[in-house]
Amino acid sequence: MMNTISQPKIEVRGMDLAYGSFVVMRDLKFTVKQSEIMIIMGGSGCGKSTLLKHLIGLIDPVRGDILYDGVSFVKADLDKKQDTLRTFGVLYQAGALWSSMTLEENVALPLEEYTKLSPGEIREIVSFKLSLVGLKGFEAFYPSEISGGMRKRAGLARAMALDPEILFFDEPSAGLDPISSRRLDDLILQLRDSLGSTVVVVTHELASIFAIGDNSIFLDAESRTMTAMGNPNELFKDPPNENVRYFLSRGEKAN
Amino acid sequence: MDSQEKIKMIESVREGNTLTLRLSGDWSLKESKPEFNTIVDTFPQDKAITGIKFDVAQLVTWESGLMTFLLKVIDYGKERGLEIYVDSLPDNIQRLLRLSQEVPEKEDVGKRSAEHALLPRIGKWGISNYDGFVDFTRFIGEVFLSILKLLSGRYHMRWGDFFVIVQETGAKALPIVSLIALLIGLIVAFLGSVTLARFGAEIYVSYLVAYGILREMGAIMTGVIVAGRTGAAFAAQIGTMKVTEEIDALKTMGISPVDFIVLPRMLALIIMMPLLVLYADLIGIIGGLLVTTLLLDFSVHQFLEGMNEAVALPDFYIGLVKGTIFGILVAISGCLRGMQCGNSADAVGLAATSAVVTGITLIIFANAVIDWIAAIHGF
Repeated sequence: MMNTISQPKIEVRGMDLAYGSFVVMRDLKFTVKQSEIMIIMGGSGCGKSTLLKHLIGLIDPVRGDILYDGVSFVKADLDKKQDTLRTFGVLYQAGALWSSMTLEENVALPLEEYTKLSPGEIREIVSFKLSLVGLKGFEAFYPSEISGGMRKRAGLARAMALDPEILFFDEPSAGLDPISSRRLDDLILQLRDSLGSTVVVVTHELASIFAIGDNSIFLDAESRTMTAMGNPNELFKDPPNENVRYFLSRGEKAN
Repeated sequence: MDSQEKIKMIESVREGNTLTLRLSGDWSLKESKPEFNTIVDTFPQDKAITGIKFDVAQLVTWESGLMTFLLKVIDYGKERGLEIYVDSLPDNIQRLLRLSQEVPEKEDVGKRSAEHALLPRIGKWGISNYDGFVDFTRFIGEVFLSILKLLSGRYHMRWGDFFVIVQETGAKALPIVSLIALLIGLIVAFLGSVTLARFGAEIYVSYLVAYGILREMGAIMTGVIVAGRTGAAFAAQIGTMKVTEEIDALKTMGISPVDFIVLPRMLALIIMMPLLVLYADLIGIIGGLLVTTLLLDFSVHQFLEGMNEAVALPDFYIGLVKGTIFGILVAISGCLRGMQCGNSADAVGLAATSAVVTGITLIIFANAVIDWIAAIHGF
């Protein structure tokens, strides 16, 4: 009975991931609840980012389905897909800001495309979003004129421009110093708490995983499937298999 | 002493059933080491020997050179079933040896095999060409849809970006177009005057210049310049956007990269190419005029008169139509190559190169087709 009421925000059903004929991951199934922070973890090259690319529609799965709010995303037609995409915010590894535009233009673009706001209103929203990520005053800067960490935060401001229902993060802490990375984690938590967004984070940064993860899945490169699901702190205490324990304890040998 | 050490970096001494290798001197990377095979030849070939030991008391310095040597000795020992007394080596060397042997060589990586065989290579070539063709048709389809969207008013162009591209592809190309068009005009007139003079027909130089520039050279040279300048720039810009995930960012925002990136570039070239061709025609004819008036003692009036008799408006229109089509071809090849770009700096370079090559090839090919059609219809 509960299931019909609290429908999962994201549901992945028996999905296989492949690059061409090379199958990266088999038989993934998991659900993400509304306002939950889901961590996709696993070693380098195990297919975490590939899974993310499937979730945001950049690659189509060879088998299986992804459902958002109970509606198939894979089988949706182009218009429906575009509508779903507009409810996403994606933060790419290096920010992926459009380099020919200033930070203000970057954050404003989705607003210009999809809202009927006046230029003045858009400017207000842009500077509000930039202030959320601590970049107020940098409106006129080009992405090449700011540091990597700032680019990432600006990318987050852009991802949040349309108040997305789901935020996707691709390795948010990669290339950040420990303090910046911690700040970004705090920011993710605050955004989730205040906006109620659902968050999917691809990462292998243990500190982040334990700090922000409500739920997690572990992608195992050897068996090419997910071998664990659950709260990362609980998985750490009671690991279901050796690879998960090894990963979460930073390669600590079993006693 | 020093030189002696270098010569005798290694000495094999037999002690009972073991062979002791006495290593000495400088085993750093900058010194060349004795060949392993020549050392092996100095080993006593005795079945009674059951093990190899090392003596490093005389060793001065060592780096990776020593390690590769030791690994060879270990392999040599394994082949012959000899015991290798690794513990006779210093601790740090033992640790390095263990580290290098900890993870066995991965054999099923399969990068080296089967890449040189003929059939797989033909297969790969076929598949990649087929994929390229599918990419191309899909791209053309998307561009077409995007144009329909623009015409039906369902897409609003970002005019600010559009005018920047117009300026970049049009106005900023004027200096190079001027130079090349002027030189082409000079060359055509000069060639004409030399060859026509043999028949006493210098009077027709203006005919050749006007006809050649308006119908062919103006459009072709402008097309080639724009392919080299703008086509390469498009491919490099879009390719870099692909590498930095900017294209992905557009897609996941529900914005079609074709609408956003390709369409403004294509429109900019469709508008600017005829104008550039018009300008190149003018400069080219001025070039021809300079040669005929200064070298052949024709008057400006004679030149213009001859031109007036030789060419009609259709000749001029054909040049403009060619220019427009070349513009579309350059935009397509530049944007397509950019979109197909892989994920590295090398790939961006390749994309730019192949955009220029594709662009120029298409221009020459299309030029021939247009001439053929024009000839059939008697223009």
